[in-house]
Amino acid sequence: MHTRSLEILVGFFVCLGIAAVFILTMRVASLDKIGNSGTSFRVIAKFENTGSLGAGSAVKLSGVRIGRVRGISIDPVTFQAVVALDIDGSYNSIPADSNAKILTAGLLGEQYIGLEPGGDETALKNGDEIKFTQSALVLENLIGQFLTSFTQKDAKKDTDAAAAPSAR
Amino acid sequence: MKNLRLIVSNFLRGLGEATLFLFSIFGAVPAALLRPRLIAQQLYSVGVLSLIIIAISGSFIGVVLALQGYRTLSSFGAASSLGVLVALAIVRELGPVVTALLFAGRAGSALAAEIGLMKATDQLSGMEMMAVDPLRRVVAPRFIAGIIAMPLLASIFTMMAIGVAGGHAVGVELLNVDAGSYWAQIHNAMHGRDIRDMLIKSTVFGVAVSWIAVYQGFHAAPTSQGVSRATTSTVVISSLAILALDVVLTAFMFR
Amino acid sequence: MTTAGSDTLVRVRGLRFGFGPRTIYDGVDIDIARGKVTAILGPSGTGKTTLLRLIGGQWRPTGGTIEFDGVDVHQQSRKKLFALRKRMGVLFQSGALLTDLTVFENVAFPLREHARLPEAMIRDLVLMKLEAVGLRGAAALYPEQISGGMSRRVALARAIALEPDMVMYDEPFTGQDPISMGVLIRLIRGLNAALGLTSVIVSHDVAEVLSISDHVYIVSGGKVLDHGTPESIRNSTSPLVRQFLHGEPDGPVPFHYKAAASYATDLLGA
Repeated sequence: MHTRSLEILVGFFVCLGIAAVFILTMRVASLDKIGNSGTSFRVIAKFENTGSLGAGSAVKLSGVRIGRVRGISIDPVTFQAVVALDIDGSYNSIPADSNAKILTAGLLGEQYIGLEPGGDETALKNGDEIKFTQSALVLENLIGQFLTSFTQKDAKKDTDAAAAPSAR
Repeated sequence: MKNLRLIVSNFLRGLGEATLFLFSIFGAVPAALLRPRLIAQQLYSVGVLSLIIIAISGSFIGVVLALQGYRTLSSFGAASSLGVLVALAIVRELGPVVTALLFAGRAGSALAAEIGLMKATDQLSGMEMMAVDPLRRVVAPRFIAGIIAMPLLASIFTMMAIGVAGGHAVGVELLNVDAGSYWAQIHNAMHGRDIRDMLIKSTVFGVAVSWIAVYQGFHAAPTSQGVSRATTSTVVISSLAILALDVVLTAFMFR
Repeated sequence: MTTAGSDTLVRVRGLRFGFGPRTIYDGVDIDIARGKVTAILGPSGTGKTTLLRLIGGQWRPTGGTIEFDGVDVHQQSRKKLFALRKRMGVLFQSGALLTDLTVFENVAFPLREHARLPEAMIRDLVLMKLEAVGLRGAAALYPEQISGGMSRRVALARAIALEPDMVMYDEPFTGQDPISMGVLIRLIRGLNAALGLTSVIVSHDVAEVLSISDHVYIVSGGKVLDHGTPESIRNSTSPLVRQFLHGEPDGPVPFHYKAAASYATDLLGA
């Protein structure tokens, strides 16, 4: 019947639409499985500079994502950035003396926190602070350092060159 | 000066009339929801019939974006980020906005013309005199169908653009971006939030376009000129409304 | 003073109505007798269709009352008004058939909307109504596939689908060929007798109207000029009625639309 085929087409359309939503959420987007569930624990780490790190950035251990940055605030005394990390509850044996670095994915990619496990027997637990940290590399500083060392080297070369004839 | 005042007062009157009309549609929605068959019929004309244009446009936009993005990204040696570029642009902006613009042109204009013609040929009056409320019987089912169809169409558009025929086909098959890294990058850069925002945006656009279309049709002058003007206004006003709403919504979503 | 149960089905008293500054009705009294065919005759632009919309409660008069079977149409809640409308059928000039439905579904439309009837019963009822207007064979066609005269007959079948007390015809004879005209005249008279209907015909086709109506009102310039049986109307002495009945180009209704200045002033300049 006429209405029957119409209803089938409409049903097909709705299914297609819902399938598209489903595919987009499952395949394309990463669901926030980590960080929001009740099984995560929180540790903090203080950095001199967090670069472009932000809430939601990944926390990785040996390249595997184990958590997310929950929030960044300022320590009112030392003016360091205090980064709160939510780490999935199943990673409950990370050594307490592990160190945290702010790293960049690729040359221009986003920044994340990479943990390097230490050797301590005790594990990180809720409320702990990661003591050993390394701040984000700020490109300007890096270039600045590079330029300074370059000009110093140049200056040294000049003086070397000036000194050379007399030495000969 | 007098002209300006007339334009302003006409605009305010139209806006007020449209808002009151929206309230009366809301009043008619519960009764219309009890008749899913009517809504299904309208879903066919606004949804199924828009499917082809939406799917094809989605593929084209995905292809173009992948080609353009690849040129720029590869000059930075970041071709592997192609997936992120395509996916973010489509999910956050182009998917809902382009779908809504096409929807306004395809379904919105048809809605306005259909209702306007029903008015011009006394069909709405006739219904009223048969003690049938045209708001419940004609307007509300079309309004509801428009709101349901928009997010579904936007999702289909997005899926076509990123995955099936657009970005994936060009990026992976043609430009040899690694399929794994195409998807992994997308997976990393996008959150469930982005999909949710896309659905919210497209639903809001659906409400706006359907509202404008049924208002324009229902309040069209009952002449052929009136109907054609209603159709044109629907497309023009809807397009402006979509872009303006997009600014507001984007500002809210990506603070 | 009520019309409930009396011989008068619709009683219009002191009706006033206008669009903005333009006055359409300026104190009109009309009585529509139960079981009779009443015609409202008048030149175009006198708001005859407006009268039907006022009786149907689609528009509100600026003054006066309209009672349908003893109930003031404009004092009703929306629900009661809709209940009243089920007792009135309207045949619009264009037919106003729903273009996305077949002839059958058009006639079934009011039944489906208002009565929870089994499908078999709807089918029988619709076929009976279509048979009454002689279009049972066209049940599967769409409105765009049938002629204007047929559309009006389908609309008539639809108007009587809910078995109303009264049917109002808006210009039923306009633009019909002589055969369709004959068919419609026969149908209006026949249905009025067979179903015990009250009929109201709004028209400017003098000959046809006088041939089928029991009572005629002549409306012009917002007033009732004359009313009575077709006989008495034919013998009316009113110059305006005579002009209208005989189609004289000039008379009380002037040939020239009223101009601000005289012809000579307009041509020669002030």
